[in-house]
Amino acid sequence: MPKQIILAAHFPGVNNTTVWSDPRSGSQIEFSSFEHLARTAERGKFDFFFLAEGLRLREQRGLIHDLDVVGRPDTLTVLTALAAVTTHLGLAGTLNATFHEPYELARQLATLDHLSGGRAAWNVVTSHGAFFGENFRRGGFLDHADRYRRAGEFIEAARTLWDSDGGDFAITSSQFDIKGRFGVPRSPQGRPVVLQAGDSSEGRDLAARYADAIFSRHHKLDDAQQFYRDVKDRLPAYGRNRDSLKIIPGVSYVLGDTDADAQEKAHHIRRQQVTPQTAILLLEQLWNQDLSAYDPEGPLPAVDPVLDEADTIIKGRAGMFPDRLKTANEWRALAEAKKLSIRDLVIEVTGRQNFIGTPDRVASLLNEYVQTDACDGFILVPHLTPAGLDDFVDQVVPLLQERGVFRTSYESSTLRANLGLA
Amino acid sequence: MTLQVAVALDDRSFAAQDWVAAVQQADDARLDFVTFDDAFGRRGPDAVLVASRVAPVTRHIGLVPVATTTHTEPFHLSTALATLDWVSRGRAGWQVRVSADPAEADLLGQRAPLGFDDLFTEAADAVEVVRRLWDSWEDDAIIKDVATGRFVDRDKLHYIDFAGEHFTVKGPSIVPRPPQGQPVIAALTHQARVWERLDVDVYFVTPADVDNAATIVRQLPAEKKVFADVVVFLDADQETAIRRRGATTSDAAVFAGTPAQLADLIASWEPAGIAGVRLRPGTPADLTTITGELTGVLRERGLFAPSTATTLRERLGLPVAVNRYSQEAANA
Repeated sequence: MPKQIILAAHFPGVNNTTVWSDPRSGSQIEFSSFEHLARTAERGKFDFFFLAEGLRLREQRGLIHDLDVVGRPDTLTVLTALAAVTTHLGLAGTLNATFHEPYELARQLATLDHLSGGRAAWNVVTSHGAFFGENFRRGGFLDHADRYRRAGEFIEAARTLWDSDGGDFAITSSQFDIKGRFGVPRSPQGRPVVLQAGDSSEGRDLAARYADAIFSRHHKLDDAQQFYRDVKDRLPAYGRNRDSLKIIPGVSYVLGDTDADAQEKAHHIRRQQVTPQTAILLLEQLWNQDLSAYDPEGPLPAVDPVLDEADTIIKGRAGMFPDRLKTANEWRALAEAKKLSIRDLVIEVTGRQNFIGTPDRVASLLNEYVQTDACDGFILVPHLTPAGLDDFVDQVVPLLQERGVFRTSYESSTLRANLGLA
Repeated sequence: MTLQVAVALDDRSFAAQDWVAAVQQADDARLDFVTFDDAFGRRGPDAVLVASRVAPVTRHIGLVPVATTTHTEPFHLSTALATLDWVSRGRAGWQVRVSADPAEADLLGQRAPLGFDDLFTEAADAVEVVRRLWDSWEDDAIIKDVATGRFVDRDKLHYIDFAGEHFTVKGPSIVPRPPQGQPVIAALTHQARVWERLDVDVYFVTPADVDNAATIVRQLPAEKKVFADVVVFLDADQETAIRRRGATTSDAAVFAGTPAQLADLIASWEPAGIAGVRLRPGTPADLTTITGELTGVLRERGLFAPSTATTLRERLGLPVAVNRYSQEAANA
């Protein structure tokens, strides 16, 4: 039997991937939107629904970012409500190990696992720095160097609590000194599924040690294959087999009647995603300075980026440019060669959809990635709320099912079992 | 005059179907709201999540979970309750609780238990933060202005800049202002003066009799809605109810009798100025009697009428929640 593909549905995020100017774009906050996407994913026999967490509104140039969709629900509350309108779909959410505490979060996740009949999943991330901390009791208490230590100790603590089966516990580590009684009996999955998204070597080790799945950012086939090998090779050191950790990149796609039609649609979507104002803001994120005086239809700045990583122009979003100067020079060279304006350049270099083509072509590409060990499945990120996955479920899922690489009915009622995890 | 009827659920079940069955029963009987008991260290599911789990499968009833202010993040509390309001389309409430239990402090492991006064200072601050965050998005903040490329008008998003003794919170919320603007905040109080420090809308009180109820109501600010708690054992004949009650003791009055006798009691307390009663079923069977029989008796006597309001605030007769930041802007 060929490898089976894992599929997940990402609720559209608060960034310029999500197009709000399209007439088909619906509410980003009303429950009906979450319900629509979750029901669509379940109709398509997806493994899970995925929701990111908000801790503070993003800022740029010291102002609240106003160009992108913004305003989202509390992760756990909306996932638990979705348990009422679905029966088999996994319910995964990001919950930050820095701004939650183990006893309360473990209790909430175990509650979700009980109330959903074994469908809870937790994407563990950590943050440092004062920006998010300004909304929380302890402020920016965590040093950058301690991020993975806290994440690891947090997962260990949560496991201890879940494994206690509602019993007594005592945990002492560098981050935590807690004890008492955990008032939740063993939940249907025992331990909710753990996802991890870090990409550094430390992040990969953390995943190899604790995670059931990685929400990866590697999309190019060779790059993804290399990442896949790297992470899976780390597993034996932790006494784990290669199938016990699933690699699932977040990806976007565009479908068309022909490949050319799909390419045209993809270009149109990218123009919607990169408005003239957004083009300047995205350029500022690389240049790390105010570029509001520049014309989005004009040439790139001649000045170089500001190389001050301690004080970046954007707050509330992970850094994307390890070498600003190098990337800026590449962008300038590309703009020069192709005669691109700022906006055209930004459209060219950011946010290109990963899989573009007819349903048949997209199905083939997705399957190729999985069968050649570039990944074990995909977290699909639609650009429209809430109907952005309708076409995929209607047109691509049946093709994957025909090829025998995707389920036609759920194997189990728990997410852990549907993912093929022990 | 009609009274409102609420039920306090104190189940510890982890089975979703138990909660759905109980709350649907109350919803079908058109009770005004249910509360979901909880405490930070209690055996049982998280009450906010239980309320959220039943929200999509109920239509009218208010959903009021207990959540603790002592060992939790005000920011998370605010966003979770705002989300409950979105999920329930305007039926969310919050029963505030504090934790004086040293064993609960050990579950968080970050500080010694707070003294009595500090507990309430912190709780009052938490309520203030939760409320400010709910208002931190004005209702018309989302503009979707294609011409300028702006999704949101940042002038209608507000830093709350709260600084108190126990925490500071910058804001704004990550959640747009919930449908009710301000979901309903309630507290159970045995000493009115303590809880007066908190900006709550509803008090649950535990009078022993009608005179006591009248005294309590007089002590509380007139605009607050007061609900009298009663533990109830209901049977077709009083002897069975009394036998089932046994030696049950409670902070609230404990009633044992027929639905008609309970209706008599409720009618006799009405002149005390209470907004309604919060019935605490002695057993799950008593919930069935409340929804199946008591509400019918109360309706016949004109003591209870199903509300046509769509939000919990409206149902309780609370005024439309004016956004403090819109108000500031209008006054400026």
